[in-house]
Amino acid sequence: MDLSAISPVLLLASLMVASTPILLAATGELVVERAGVLNLGVEGMMIVGAVTGFVAAVATDSPALGFVAAAAGGAALSLLFAFLTQILFTNQVASGLALTLFGLGLSALLGQGYIGVKAPVLPQIEIPGLVAIPVLGPILFRHDLMVYVSIALVAAVWLFLTRTRAGLVLRAVGENHDAAHALGYKVVRIRVLAILFGGALAGLGGAYISLVRVPQWTEGMTAGAGWIALAIVVFSSWRPWRVLVGAYLFGGVTVLQLNLQAAGIAIPVEYLSMAPYLVTIVVLVAISARRGRSAVNAPASLGKVFHGGA
Amino acid sequence: MKLARTILAGVAVALGLAGAAAAEEKLKVGYIYVGPVGDFGWTHEHDIGRRQVEAELGDKVETSYVESVPEGADAERVLTQMALSGHKLIFATSFGYMDAVLNVAKKFPNVKFEHATGFKRAPNVSTYSARFYEGRAVIGHIAGRMTKTNKIGYIASFPIPEVIRGINSAYIHAKKANPDVEFKIVWVYTWFDPAKEADAAKALIEQGVDVIMQHTDSTAAMTVAEKAGIYAFGQASDMREFGPNAQLTAIIDNWGPYYVRRAKAVMDGTWKSTDTWEGIGDGMVVIAPYSDKVPAEVQAEADALKNAIADGSYHPFTGPLNKQDGTPWLAEGEVADDGTLAGMNFYVEGLEGAIPQ
Repeated sequence: MDLSAISPVLLLASLMVASTPILLAATGELVVERAGVLNLGVEGMMIVGAVTGFVAAVATDSPALGFVAAAAGGAALSLLFAFLTQILFTNQVASGLALTLFGLGLSALLGQGYIGVKAPVLPQIEIPGLVAIPVLGPILFRHDLMVYVSIALVAAVWLFLTRTRAGLVLRAVGENHDAAHALGYKVVRIRVLAILFGGALAGLGGAYISLVRVPQWTEGMTAGAGWIALAIVVFSSWRPWRVLVGAYLFGGVTVLQLNLQAAGIAIPVEYLSMAPYLVTIVVLVAISARRGRSAVNAPASLGKVFHGGA
Repeated sequence: MKLARTILAGVAVALGLAGAAAAEEKLKVGYIYVGPVGDFGWTHEHDIGRRQVEAELGDKVETSYVESVPEGADAERVLTQMALSGHKLIFATSFGYMDAVLNVAKKFPNVKFEHATGFKRAPNVSTYSARFYEGRAVIGHIAGRMTKTNKIGYIASFPIPEVIRGINSAYIHAKKANPDVEFKIVWVYTWFDPAKEADAAKALIEQGVDVIMQHTDSTAAMTVAEKAGIYAFGQASDMREFGPNAQLTAIIDNWGPYYVRRAKAVMDGTWKSTDTWEGIGDGMVVIAPYSDKVPAEVQAEADALKNAIADGSYHPFTGPLNKQDGTPWLAEGEVADDGTLAGMNFYVEGLEGAIPQ
């Protein structure tokens, strides 16, 4: 077995690129679910973010504005979900699935005329000084801005949920919306804000695929990434740092197995292609299992309709 | 007033005609696609064929399609839905729909089904495919001549005979053009996933590949090749706009004429269960115009190869050829029979790695 053909530096760098879309979407969905809302429309919000980001980036020639537009696009679509589930009390599972179908169709419509168009390139930022560190430097400190943003967002969400009063309120709403309501918290408003945040992050994740990872616009290009993000939220038992581990494992093993194949390593391809799913699930379940009962962390009000406003 | 009345009368006539045409009962033709029509690859080309049916047969037909249908149980549901809603001719355009087509066809004996790239038939199920491997021979030759690193990357979808045949054909002709050539094959286990296809292309490029071939449906690999400044070949559609510098040529699937022919056959009652397998000579496989990056002599060689295949004087699988393990397959001058090609499950000698089972 000759592993020397694979450059670990290049591999780890492309690992981070492959993981970022899922990481962004999963971080957003984590906040939504911690607020007690199950939005299965991640895939739809991602693809809408992918197309609005691409269109805006091409129109303004600025990838940064593209990402802003992607966040807005994803949030706008999630607003529809928020309206349906929080104001009209529709079923969250059905509304989320409908959101995905709607998003896929809407994005195909918006993307007409942008097929084969080139997007402006998001520059890689080399962090001065740090990038000169051998091996680690090029792996960690030579990426585009969004890779750093996605990690910063995980940290920010963790801080918010565990160290701030607002985060505590959000979790209270997710655990027991009637109690939170009795205490005077605006359950619906908090949930709508969480849904918007989730939509914006899913939009960013989608745009990362269309502006950086591929980069081009193609109908249906998220190809299931939103569902992977949803699964990672569950397997990480709703904890931000575990979402990071899960997303990087999934993205990492995906890239690793493609590299192993390209390098002609004699491991049967069947095992390699199931590895990302298997490894991610096994590792996250193993982490969660150690802590016993408290590790099963599902917000108690997840997916339940809140009628208390009436 | 008179003008208004004329217009009204005209509208009435037009409405009447439309009503009469509808009463004549249009032939409803349905298509199910594995990817979106905007993939600008495989599905895109089937949809062009569908539109050709509409253009040529006009108001005698009504076509509809369902895109991005996963291979498996969902396909059966969509096919049933189509048969129930009055479609009399249904094209299922992906290999993995095979059993779903057979199952649904059994329940609707009066509906004609056509399954692309499959090999199971029934009285009301035909199969059709193109001899893509003829096109692969041409681009394999060009790849062999154009590579500088002597490493050619191949993004493969699923280990089915059609894909394996393509790899073998491309390899045989790349090797003839350049004996030092080496193939690096990555199986992505998907027909359409732009992000994964792009990752696969990047992994291959990191391994020193400077020409990429693909047997997946999206244009992602072409975009990555363009960005990396290497060469690639369009798959199923002309992908030049995604890689103006990268695309050397493309294999274009031309389904339109077949679709028109089959719809006509249903209309005049001559439809029979058949197995169609046409190539460059019949026009089902088309080689896109060469990029100006391909030197004139290589273009001439490619054209000579293409013409020899088209007129039948040369078969891409002509002996002497050995299987990967060195056992003889075709003797000197011997040509592969269609049965072996249709079920091809082995690499030819020289290819490295094992086919996933």
